[in-house]
Amino acid sequence: MRPASLSQGATRTILEAMDDSLTLTVNGEPRGFPGPLTVASLLAAIGLDTRKVAVERNEEIVPRSRYAETALLSGDQLEIVHFIGGG
Amino acid sequence: MDGTVAPALDEGWTVAGRNFRSRLVVGTGKYKDLEETAAAIEASGAEMVTVAVRRVNLSDPKAPMLQDFVDPKKYTYLPNTAGCHTAKDAVRTLRLAREAGGWNLVKLEVLGPPPHLYPDMAATYEAAEALIKDGFEVMVYCSDDPIGAKRLEEMGCVAIMPLGAPIGSGLGVQNPAMISMLIEQAKVPLLVDAGVGTASDAAIAMELGCTAVLVNSAIAHAKDPIRMARAMKAAVEAGRHSFLAGRMPRRMGADPSSPLTGLIR
Repeated sequence: MRPASLSQGATRTILEAMDDSLTLTVNGEPRGFPGPLTVASLLAAIGLDTRKVAVERNEEIVPRSRYAETALLSGDQLEIVHFIGGG
Repeated sequence: MDGTVAPALDEGWTVAGRNFRSRLVVGTGKYKDLEETAAAIEASGAEMVTVAVRRVNLSDPKAPMLQDFVDPKKYTYLPNTAGCHTAKDAVRTLRLAREAGGWNLVKLEVLGPPPHLYPDMAATYEAAEALIKDGFEVMVYCSDDPIGAKRLEEMGCVAIMPLGAPIGSGLGVQNPAMISMLIEQAKVPLLVDAGVGTASDAAIAMELGCTAVLVNSAIAHAKDPIRMARAMKAAVEAGRHSFLAGRMPRRMGADPSSPLTGLIR
């Protein structure tokens, strides 16, 4: 333990509290977003039709009915998927 | 009577409480574009289509989606687990599919590595068990192994789908004897799910007595996919009628078709 220095995560949390931004991993890509953010506002920011996608947050399904109430935190891993052609 | 013969009706088939008239299930992959996908599916007469679940392209969120061309209200979407090589990935994929579409009826496939992409039966059992426990209705891609197929059926899978040949190979039904044995023992619908290369292959599968045939590459990779879709529709219908009609016995010699009596001398 090095009590004099902050962990990377703690530093990030403090910086984010200051500038209100979030770093998420969306479909494998790290991306920054202005916070605060919910699943619903993330999908709107990306420009996706919520009726045609499904969202997984940290390997847990987020039901469509809870998009608006599911707040996102920095470091969250999100998968946003849809149906494509397949056999 | 006007001399015409009433067409013999096919009774259709049922899986997980859903009724289908068409015995052709088609994949939606490998087409040139979504317009061609839609046209080929329409021509095939299929009522059930398989679809894959993939990440949305974040850099092009307004790109046209499959649902815009193949209406999920008109066709029964059967989400698959293509590309999954572990039970965990397969279960995760189908949970996302259920959330995206609201459908419990799914196609489970857990595959081994290329070049054969053969069903990994141990991983398939594991995934099937987890999915059935989670309320899914599982149509399962499997090897032509009567012990394995029985086990999947007893676990509660709603349809058994053995391969006729490796996925995308177009080699036709390589294992008619095994497929026949699987059909014989199955108490749920049995579909030949891979290997069909051309219309006659689909007819052969249907003549063996299977419930339906699943075709993707043979249509999508034909020079004229729309025409091949029509050919598959006709072949599946012909094969079904042929099976119901009951073929004549094979014999090792000729048997003249015209009477031997009344010949001029």
